[in-house]
Amino acid sequence: MSAVLTPARLDEALRLLAENPAALAMAGATDLLVRRRGAIPGHEPVLLSLAHVAELQGITEEAAFLAIGAATPFSRIIADPLVHRYAPLLVQAAQTIGGPAIRNMATLGGNICTASPAGDSLPPLYLLDARIELASPAGERALPIAAFILGPGRTALEQGELVTRILLPKAPRFPRERFIKTGRRKALAISVTSFAGRARLDQDGRIAEIRMAWGSVGPTVVRLPALETELVGAPVHAATVERVGLAVHQGVAPISDLRASAGYRRLVAANLATQFVEALGG
Amino acid sequence: MKVRFELNEAPMEIDVAPDRRVVDLLREDLRLTGTKEGCGTGECGACTILVNGQTRLSCLMVAAQLDGARVTTVEGLAATTAGATIQRAFVEEGAVQCGFCIPGMEMAALALLRQGDAPGRECIREGLSGNLCRCTGYTKIVDAVERAGRDLHAGREEQ
Ligand SMILES: Cc1cc2nc3c(=O)[nH]c(=O)nc-3n(C[C@H](O)[C@H](O)[C@H](O)COP(=O)(O)OP(=O)(O)OC[C@H]3O[C@@H](n4cnc5c(N)ncnc54)[C@H](O)[C@@H]3O)c2cc1C
Ligand code: FES
Ligand code: FES
Repeated sequence: MSAVLTPARLDEALRLLAENPAALAMAGATDLLVRRRGAIPGHEPVLLSLAHVAELQGITEEAAFLAIGAATPFSRIIADPLVHRYAPLLVQAAQTIGGPAIRNMATLGGNICTASPAGDSLPPLYLLDARIELASPAGERALPIAAFILGPGRTALEQGELVTRILLPKAPRFPRERFIKTGRRKALAISVTSFAGRARLDQDGRIAEIRMAWGSVGPTVVRLPALETELVGAPVHAATVERVGLAVHQGVAPISDLRASAGYRRLVAANLATQFVEALGG
Repeated sequence: MKVRFELNEAPMEIDVAPDRRVVDLLREDLRLTGTKEGCGTGECGACTILVNGQTRLSCLMVAAQLDGARVTTVEGLAATTAGATIQRAFVEEGAVQCGFCIPGMEMAALALLRQGDAPGRECIREGLSGNLCRCTGYTKIVDAVERAGRDLHAGREEQ
């Protein structure tokens, strides 16, 4: 048996965490309690529940960005008109996570802190230039998502710190935004490969700007910045599509595991990107 | 710790380890064995309950999280018009085989049907997508929820 601390305010949560350095933050508990099944009876860590911490809940609009509280569950993110307006790519990804009950529990902050290579919110957050806001008794700081995620299961979160909000800059929308996830089945499936893309074309139908990210094909989200630059000005035709396919095939470095082989993941990663680019023409 | 919550419309207070899994609290401490444990890891939906009207997986919750909440389990289903309609539709459509998944299916259906209009089949499949059934092949379960939705919508209840 272990204690469960249930603070209602952020300062109280940070104080409890400072007093109980071994405590584990618990948001929706969908990753935490699955992992905790292996804990040695009698040695389970203290749990610090974030579900009632007011500052970590809900979605607010500020002048330059949309702020999503770290402990906001995905079902609430999916239902929120502000997220639909500023971050439809995140809505698309959130809709693929788990099943309805999992989405009522699982939070955006928990998905980020788990830092799984298959975390479905991550490719969109990279493309949306999300910043992760952190708080500790010493103060606040914010990091770009790519600097926060360090590797599989590893983040820049320091002892005594909590993720408070996810900040999404209110940039102009891209006309084409798409999240695609492939898994062994549709619901309740961990991604075999996931893809997020955003693009805009110029008046002549050439690529003006394109951003792409892949999940589950490397230790963290994979981006190919050289390819993104190279594609600016390219017409959307067969040769460009082929170039994208080749570049992705060479650029990603997936591993084999029980869900899929590396070769299959590489192929799917390339196909998802070529599908996206091909559809820009249609 | 003392956890206070509303269980199937009645006040409940129980002295329990704060990190006791809710599925164990319900089944073992309160002897409400309608809620089932299939996988214990969030994948099957057999342990679905409603917390403040929303579906939750009781195998991935601890007792302290119930404090102050409104909880409905399958034992409280028959007391609601929607729940009774769902139960009857499952029986009449022959949607139950071994029955192990049914409490979770019915709780997920209840949350879905409370959202308003009679849902279509695609919407029902999506609403039940977190609940696994090893027996029925799902068709009759979807039939049952579709029928319950229609019945509720048309207000053709006798009770
Ligand atoms: C059946 C099932 C299906 C799933 N399907 C998917 C899927 O399709 N896609 C997907 O991406 N994931 C999936 N997951 C994984 C999981 O649901 C998600 O990663 C979820 O977003 C985790 O959020 P949580 O709130 O439940 O996190 P928790 O389990 O509460 O926490 C996860 C970790 O983050 C830490 N943490 C949480 N919040 C904070 C914070 N604010 N500050 C500091 N640390 C924090 C915790 O200490 C813990 O280490 C699935 C899980 C299950 C059980
Ligand atoms: S027992 Fe909870 S989801 Fe399977
Ligand atoms: S009826 Fe047997 S598992 Fe669904």
